[in-house]
Amino acid sequence: MATTATTGLPEHHVAHHFDSAQQEFDSNKMGMWLFLASEIMMFGALFVGALIFHTLHPAAFNEGSQHLDWRMGTINTFFLLTSGLTMGLAVIAAQSGRQGAVRLNLVLSILFASGFLVVKFIEYKLKIHHGTLPGRLWHGEGFHDPYVHVFYGLYFVMTGLHGLHVLIGMGLMTWCLIFRASSVQFNRKYFTPVELVALYWALVDLIWVFLFPLLYLIG
Amino acid sequence: MIAHVTNNINYLKAKRGFMSWLVTVDHKRIGVMYLASILCFFILGGSFAFMFRLELWSPLKEFLTPDQYNQFFTLHGVIMVFLVVVPGIPAALGNFIVPLQLGAKDLAFPKLNLTSLYLYWLGAIIALYSLVAGHADQGWTMYAPYSLSRNPAVLWMMIAAFFLGFSSILTGLNFLVTIHNMRAPGMTFFRMPLFLWSMYATAIMQIFATPVLAITLVLLLLENFFGIGIFDPALGGDPILMQHFFWFYSHPAVYIIVVPGFGITSELITAFSKKDIFGYNFVAYSSVAIAIIGFVVWGHHMFVAGQSELADFLFSFLTFFTAIPSAIKVFNWTATLYKGSIELKTPMLYALQFLFNFTIGGLTGIILSILSVDIHLHDTYFVVSHFHYVAMGSTMIAFIGGIHYWWPKMTGKMYNEFWGRAAAILVFVGFNVTFFVQLVMGSQGSPRRYYHYMNEFQIYHQISTIGVIILATGLFMALFNLLASLKFGATAPKNPWGARTLEWEEADSPPVLYNFTKTPVVTHGPYAFDTEKA
Ligand SMILES: [Cu+2]
Repeated sequence: MATTATTGLPEHHVAHHFDSAQQEFDSNKMGMWLFLASEIMMFGALFVGALIFHTLHPAAFNEGSQHLDWRMGTINTFFLLTSGLTMGLAVIAAQSGRQGAVRLNLVLSILFASGFLVVKFIEYKLKIHHGTLPGRLWHGEGFHDPYVHVFYGLYFVMTGLHGLHVLIGMGLMTWCLIFRASSVQFNRKYFTPVELVALYWALVDLIWVFLFPLLYLIG
Repeated sequence: MIAHVTNNINYLKAKRGFMSWLVTVDHKRIGVMYLASILCFFILGGSFAFMFRLELWSPLKEFLTPDQYNQFFTLHGVIMVFLVVVPGIPAALGNFIVPLQLGAKDLAFPKLNLTSLYLYWLGAIIALYSLVAGHADQGWTMYAPYSLSRNPAVLWMMIAAFFLGFSSILTGLNFLVTIHNMRAPGMTFFRMPLFLWSMYATAIMQIFATPVLAITLVLLLLENFFGIGIFDPALGGDPILMQHFFWFYSHPAVYIIVVPGFGITSELITAFSKKDIFGYNFVAYSSVAIAIIGFVVWGHHMFVAGQSELADFLFSFLTFFTAIPSAIKVFNWTATLYKGSIELKTPMLYALQFLFNFTIGGLTGIILSILSVDIHLHDTYFVVSHFHYVAMGSTMIAFIGGIHYWWPKMTGKMYNEFWGRAAAILVFVGFNVTFFVQLVMGSQGSPRRYYHYMNEFQIYHQISTIGVIILATGLFMALFNLLASLKFGATAPKNPWGARTLEWEEADSPPVLYNFTKTPVVTHGPYAFDTEKA
């Protein structure tokens, strides 16, 4: 179905039900945007929940927040934002057909994302050690407010769900690296997979940008 | 590769064998599989209702224990909401019709479409498993703390709803992208059949509301397993927050349920009046308006749940606005009938029922949105009846009408018109006998969901039970009539109704594998009955 290239660029094979590569690209991109919109609604509910608890039990929120290590949060913010930058660079590289740079930037993004997860893992381990776990699992000592466990309930749900998204994002980047970047020549007419993964990753970044102050700094 | 498949045999015969159905990415086959699945669950969910209605014949025990009664209405609610009416029209008819009406070869994401069918099946299997996993008696609303009992049946039911929600999001996403990007040449937004506008509005709600249900279910599950203390009042949580989240989804869900019915009704009324729709733009925009207003009225479900008075007032006020787009539609459909050459074919009988039932469903909704009145009517049979006038009397009726309308296109067979009409009349009578009395007894204060009731309500319950028997007879008659046509029906012509939308004018009955042998070019509006055939 692919039309002959007038640009000398290798043609990407368009799926049978699309009329043109442009239509395919537009559809894929819009699909990803809508998916992200649904993700925002999902996380949005959690943020609303967190704000309501901030109002209901401000002291508990405060106390819980003070037991989070803002330095680790900051390191993680750095990791995620940098990986966001390298993902953006991967898109630019794909658009200009620099295959090596695409691969390099994907690898860097995966590395920074792993850094984030390592720090998160250390944080979780410390929480388990101190017993600051949600609800029924709570056995933290030396806390004043009886509802600090609710804060940790929120903390684990929100960062856990976000961490899951980081993991999925890393999976997508790896897929992009192994199954796409090796077999497909990206060029200014075809860079859809990198673009979509980057869009998804931007949302993962964005959610963290709100999570970090909410949990670590506001208190 | 795929481009070499011959595109001149119909989609039912293009590939053969059971596996060819299970791995198909053809939107038409996926639509047919959805339709079959949804109808099975409609029968199952209906059987539960049938049985507890028989139980309610007298205030004493007939054949169900109070426990079984609680389970049966829970199962009826969960199955009908999550497996029948919410996916219903979009998943079954939408899947089949949307690309055909657009003049496209398929939906934008065929594999995603198949994925959503598998998610539906997964959710359905888990829901069925929850039937045997224990006694789910929390009601379909899953309010905390009823749903925090760590009861395995309840947990499985929530997991099922999670997957079903996912399936619904994917369907909506697919439709929205398809409508934006896959229209045939000449198919402008304002030449789209109104069914597509209704699918568009529904998709918006599926994408933006369902994720909130998904996270609510996740939180409920976590609350059950770990006691995270977000909804559980015993742990410092807020059960009202759960209700807010739940209704933030479930009010739009009511419109996810009914807006597709609007779309079908627009198609049927124009096709069987041989007239252009009165006020196309108003009907189209009112679907979108309902979708948007639907997001800001959820609090009307919580007037007596401990919400602030200010919130009560605002939600009541905002709810009134939903009446405007609904009324616009009803007036425009009625105006379309005026001076039309009306043919009372089976689908049209359902469309007219829709008009009648939806008017009652809508107006009782207005009554319930009035704060002071709702305090009294809350949790009575009045609410049950209102909801059924919308979900059953409007949505399912439109769905059944749509099935009859597109049956020749889907199967290539004509059903028996006499039995079709007879069934439609029985359904109309049965439905109204069942539910109209519930408005009366509700207004007299008979509470919903109770196993025992006061003797003075017995006559209403008995009338309602008789209605359900008539209704079930009509529904089975319609079903057998359709199924019989597969074997005995005459071969359907390309356009048996003389409609003007693409699926009738350009596609064969049944359509070829990629819908059209050549891409259609659209030169007229969807209901251009007044102009000469192009
Ligand atoms: Cu509502």
